[in-house]
Amino acid sequence: CCCFRLTRLFQGQESFEQAPMYVAVMTYLGFGLVTLFGYFRDFLRAVGLEKCHIAKERDEQKDFVPLYQDFENFYTRNLYMRVRDNWNRPICSLPGPVFDVMERVSPDYNWTFRLTGKTIPNVINMGSYNYLGFAENNVDFLKTVAERVQQYGLGVCSTRQEMGNLGIHQELEELVAEFLGVESAMVLGMGFATNSTNIPALVGKGCLILSDELNHTSLILGARLSGATIRVFKHNNMQSLERVLRDAVCSGQPHTHRPWKKIMIMVEGIYSMEGSVVCLPDIVALKKKYKAYLYLDEAHSIGAVGPTGRGVTELFGLDPSDVDVLMGTFTKSFGAAGGYIAGKKELVDYLRSHSHSAVYASAMSPPVTEQILRAMRCIMGLDGTTIGQTRVHRLAENTRYFRSRLQEMGFIIYGNDDSPVIPLLLYMPGKVVAFSRAMLRRKVGVVVVGFPATPITEARARFCLSAAHTKEMLDKVLFDLNEVGDELCLKFSQRKYTSRPKEQHHNNNDLNKDFKQDSL
Amino acid sequence: MAWVEVPGQEKVLKPLLNTVIILGLIKCANFSPQAPAYHLILEGILILWIVRLLFSKTYKLQERSDLTEKEKEDLIEEWQPEPLVPPVSKDHPSMNYDIVSGPPSHNIVVNGKQCINFASFNFLGLLDNERVKQKALASLKKYGVGTCGPRGFYGTFDVHLELEDRLAKFMRTEEAIIYSYGFATIASAIPAYSKRGDIVFVDEAACFSIQKGLQASRSFIKYFKHNDMEDLERLLKEQEIEDQKNPRKARVTRRFVVVEGLYINTADVCPLPALVKLKYKYKVRIFLEESMSFGVLGEHGRGVTEHFGVNIDDIDLISANMENAVASIGGFCCGRSFVIDHQRLSGQGYCFSASLPPMLAAAAIEALNIMEEDPDIFSVLREKCEQVHKALQGTPGMKVLGESYAPALHLQLESSSGSRETDVRMLRRIVDYCLEKQIALTLARYLDKEERFLPPPSIRVVVTVEQTKEDIDRAASCIREAALSILK
Repeated sequence: CCCFRLTRLFQGQESFEQAPMYVAVMTYLGFGLVTLFGYFRDFLRAVGLEKCHIAKERDEQKDFVPLYQDFENFYTRNLYMRVRDNWNRPICSLPGPVFDVMERVSPDYNWTFRLTGKTIPNVINMGSYNYLGFAENNVDFLKTVAERVQQYGLGVCSTRQEMGNLGIHQELEELVAEFLGVESAMVLGMGFATNSTNIPALVGKGCLILSDELNHTSLILGARLSGATIRVFKHNNMQSLERVLRDAVCSGQPHTHRPWKKIMIMVEGIYSMEGSVVCLPDIVALKKKYKAYLYLDEAHSIGAVGPTGRGVTELFGLDPSDVDVLMGTFTKSFGAAGGYIAGKKELVDYLRSHSHSAVYASAMSPPVTEQILRAMRCIMGLDGTTIGQTRVHRLAENTRYFRSRLQEMGFIIYGNDDSPVIPLLLYMPGKVVAFSRAMLRRKVGVVVVGFPATPITEARARFCLSAAHTKEMLDKVLFDLNEVGDELCLKFSQRKYTSRPKEQHHNNNDLNKDFKQDSL
Repeated sequence: MAWVEVPGQEKVLKPLLNTVIILGLIKCANFSPQAPAYHLILEGILILWIVRLLFSKTYKLQERSDLTEKEKEDLIEEWQPEPLVPPVSKDHPSMNYDIVSGPPSHNIVVNGKQCINFASFNFLGLLDNERVKQKALASLKKYGVGTCGPRGFYGTFDVHLELEDRLAKFMRTEEAIIYSYGFATIASAIPAYSKRGDIVFVDEAACFSIQKGLQASRSFIKYFKHNDMEDLERLLKEQEIEDQKNPRKARVTRRFVVVEGLYINTADVCPLPALVKLKYKYKVRIFLEESMSFGVLGEHGRGVTEHFGVNIDDIDLISANMENAVASIGGFCCGRSFVIDHQRLSGQGYCFSASLPPMLAAAAIEALNIMEEDPDIFSVLREKCEQVHKALQGTPGMKVLGESYAPALHLQLESSSGSRETDVRMLRRIVDYCLEKQIALTLARYLDKEERFLPPPSIRVVVTVEQTKEDIDRAASCIREAALSILK
């Protein structure tokens, strides 16, 4: 759990309410039952009573060492396959605030899918990372992007260090540096690769990485590939971090006790599975005291938090130069693809010459670069309009409204009040699936996540709000959530919430109406 | 008895101690004088042990736990970390990028000079193709730019499904899976199958993304000499002997061979038929990386399997990026469903990363259309490769590395000066000379300290279908002049 220091009283509160005990018991029972059924099914398959749908190895290679261990796939075969219609849902429109989901049917319990050709139109999109609504196809807004397609084509066919360094890349890098308020920045073609190719360039053997428990896979992969020692501290827990730091500086490297070459703390701005925001002021204070370096991954927070969308540094009123390495992606708030890494000029110069992606990976596609340029200029107000700022404020309003309404309804939601990522806890595997299917029937597209992406007892639905969501859309979603929550008994919260002051709610009459509907 | 505890073990010993006490108490409760003698003796010893444990002082010999607070503060104050990054000198060869203003097409403007492009991997000239651009624009109008999500969470678009379908049909395999970045493709595919304890035999000249994939997999890596099937066979035989010592372990240890179709570092082709024979003899699976050979080799551009006439089902996994011949962004893997489907849940670059922007996928589909409609384009490319290869022969002081039909050749110094830095500087001067004369070339770039088998410095010469005979002759004579004047 996160600490509550004085600085945090001025920011949103974080909550991670625990569910009542019976919920955990039921969840374990549920998994146990499903596992038993799984074993039963495996037995039936082995005996031949049930048809085996799984793809098989070739006859010519039957005597090779099996490619997959049987038990590795137990979960996939018996649990995931039954319910996998809730993921990988194909869409055939823009991933905006509403989208069109393609209808799929399965004649054999999700082993194979067939597209019927029909679409489910105008499903409200609560799953895409479209925080500022830049996933749009407005012809005027995309004029410059279309021009770039015409002028440059799509690919670059070379790496940044060879013949792939285009003038627009350098333009983008300067703009990113200006946006973040740092000296210099470097852009890459893929957000995931930004972490996995740059962390190994910054730290190596003899260095220590202190990584938050719930860091993203790309950060963990980058840390592993670097060869440095990795120690994990409890999620957002400053006492745990300080203890590990103190121990590391005092004891040095294991066995030899030589002092560490460097210590790097890796955290994220917003953790996408928890909705929590990093305790940045405390981490900066710790890092200064123990002379460690800070790597901040702002994949979800850049553009989405802060009064002008500059991320968690702005949210906490800190100087961006306090963070040694600022990293982020353009996929979420900018509606494009790629990532950046920014900081002092020496850092970025070093990465330009030593980053794996600068030497071996393709440069960013020109139209994608242009999309980021226009989105960033819009947020900064450099295009002469206030569209960007309006969107940032609308996102913050939507976030506050949606969160407070969910809490009032009695759902358990995690995370910081300012975070546009809202996990709603469902716990039981059966409810997870029923929830997702029920919401789709009501034309709301939600994302549900279970084990192994989350702890086994904490399966959840994750809502990603967007500045493009109107109040009507949010109200419809809330109405449906209310009904589905009652049908499936999802309102586990034991807290009593009174309605927040008027500034969060636009229309008190609507609120009263809602209260009548959801009074128990 | 010296009871040495280390931090953490205290957590294990306390419950153990409690268990011993409880067992002891139970034993006491069941104590009956009719029990045999050894019973009584054992129980007596147990009671004495418990009493000893209860009264003994547990002392921890924790490392450095005897440091006082003051000493800790001093240590914290004294410790000075290294700077986050070492300083990089201004004239480090990788510091100064060549700046391309405008599109990197056949006529390219490098550092302000209009040149003919011999450096971008635009083999089939599809970067400028009007049809591709029109399709991309149509996709842009419909879908916007980004997909705003990974494949699992509404990031799967109908274009992605179509592209996967088309790639599978084109390569004549059961299934294909696309990634949003070429570098991440093979680097995510290898660790999805090969885990700790498995064995991978890989060619020494394998490219960097393969090396990163291998590093992420934590398997045993055995390198064999470049394109040397005898060396590979020797390693496989050694492994067979090892297996006989421990057959139980051998039954669960997976083995893979990772090779490239056309090697990016040496521009030669792997001996695929011999490799397939070794596959069946020693029961190893083949992973083939075809970034340079997809859309280049073979009568219809299907790559090195078509080039040698090998049955594509014999190759377990083919991986390629779409950033060379296809002139888009991204990568794909294709093969049998049994193999490929696994990556949909365990390929890290697939599950945890946003999907490919739809307009790039639409561009790739149109590129595939063009490749299918006009297979003559591949023989045209092969002809041009032969022309370039021939024209560059006999460059004074330099040798041409690569097959005559490889579209990305290397020009190396015939005799090295002894220092890599000097060689690189000389080659850079040749490149600069050519840039002055309006021929765009580039040095092949590597990370010197990270590569396992660092290739010698070289100039990359890339052949595309858009280059005319005059362009090729001009380039060859320009390089010859440069070599003569600089390498004398």
